[in-house]
Amino acid sequence: MALVKLATPIDEATIRTLHVGDSVSITGRLYTGRDAVHHRIHTGTRPPVDLEGQIIYHCGPVMVKEGDQWVCKAAGPTTSSREEPYQWEVMRDYKIRGVIGKGGMGEKTLAACKEYGAVYLHAIGGAAQVCAASIKRVDGVDWMDLGSPEAIWHLWVEDFMAIVTMDSHGQSLHKNVFEESKARIEAMKA
Amino acid sequence: MSATAQTIDRISPETTLFESILELIRRTSTQLPDDVVRAVTGARKNEVEGSNADFALNVIGCNIGLAREGSLPLCQDTGTILFYVHTPAGYDQLAFEEIATEAVRTATKKGYLRQNSVDSITGKNTGDNTGPGSPVFHFHQWREPHVEVKVMLKGGGCENMNVQYSLPHPALGDRDLNGVENAILDCVLQAQGQGCGPGILGVCIGGDRGTGYGFAKEQLLRLLDDANPDPVLAELEERVVDKANQSGIGPMGFGGKTTLLACKIGTRNRLPASFFVSIAYMCWAYRRRGAELDLSGNVTEWLY
Ligand code: SF4
Repeated sequence: MALVKLATPIDEATIRTLHVGDSVSITGRLYTGRDAVHHRIHTGTRPPVDLEGQIIYHCGPVMVKEGDQWVCKAAGPTTSSREEPYQWEVMRDYKIRGVIGKGGMGEKTLAACKEYGAVYLHAIGGAAQVCAASIKRVDGVDWMDLGSPEAIWHLWVEDFMAIVTMDSHGQSLHKNVFEESKARIEAMKA
Repeated sequence: MSATAQTIDRISPETTLFESILELIRRTSTQLPDDVVRAVTGARKNEVEGSNADFALNVIGCNIGLAREGSLPLCQDTGTILFYVHTPAGYDQLAFEEIATEAVRTATKKGYLRQNSVDSITGKNTGDNTGPGSPVFHFHQWREPHVEVKVMLKGGGCENMNVQYSLPHPALGDRDLNGVENAILDCVLQAQGQGCGPGILGVCIGGDRGTGYGFAKEQLLRLLDDANPDPVLAELEERVVDKANQSGIGPMGFGGKTTLLACKIGTRNRLPASFFVSIAYMCWAYRRRGAELDLSGNVTEWLY
């Protein structure tokens, strides 16, 4: 299990070197985007930022304005499976190289990771303060009309840690662990 | 002066009780109880150093420290706010509810609680964590001379993993302890990766559908290292944890040995026609705290 340092934007060749189980430490830009953002893109609106090579973070952060600067108070990952109907499309149309969230995603996203060259990165669910600590600056925000937790926040992170749980080679840690644990629980049945 | 006003006056000078509850909420949201911290940090020694499970538990440990130091919410989802209150006979529970609700509003303004109460039809957030059914109060009377209040914050991610089985079940078995055990392990299997494990289970065998879920959640008020007074249930609790931790699911569902930190099981009588196994799944951000209060609302002892 390697620790790989990533700097955004990321090219496809780098993403293809990652495998399920690798840990990554990300430095650079992250854009938040969850339900409302994915839905709006899906219904035809172009994203307000260039997403090529970027990572979308499934996160509804707690933001506070101090003077004229936004400060992030808590920023753990939210459940990703809600974006399953839309994520593959964003990978295809806007060439994002990864998403960060929790809980993993399904077959459509796994297939898109393989086809377009992207990965699913799992942050530690509930670790709102650790995640917030690696967010060094908030550089801007778009689509604030969706409400603060749903807006596209432009974060600058240093050493944001996550685990690759779905890679661009068709592997999913979630699928593997589920199948393995299912068999083990079956074998231990009372 | 009305009877209610007199009672409030006599039993609970508003500001003292308000301040005590506000501080209780702050502690609940920002400081994980000692028994949970011990369980989470102790679990690390079971995981292979440098594994993803080890990494997850390490990050969780750091997060617990950062939240406590900064007096910041452990997790951004501060969940359903549940009050479990015991009062002596004659104590004004209505006044308590009003004052505690006010403390919830203030805790939300101060950022200890996220705005988490949404109208189920319009989707509109009330913005202060109050509204029909929020926060949740469970009042009981008791023969003690003082008041006991416990607060639990239960996040949405783990609440979504709660499940209720009805036995017999074609895949899980009969109306016996084996059937119960299989049902609980099925819940663990299905919840993997979703409820921010390692998890803690509160289980109720029996009751009706409503009281079963309620009593399952109440099991989460027990200390993690207590012993179930019923030896049969104590053994079942141990067996479930053991098997869950051999399933390979691990923290966050990354794989590993720490899947459950504890399983707490209670029973309620049931109808001859029904046999429910109700399970409340709690995430590692297991926020529950409590306090004993005198009749003026002063904290005489912090619990957990
Ligand atoms: S399940 Fe628990 S730890 Fe995970 S996001 Fe929800 S409240 Fe936080």
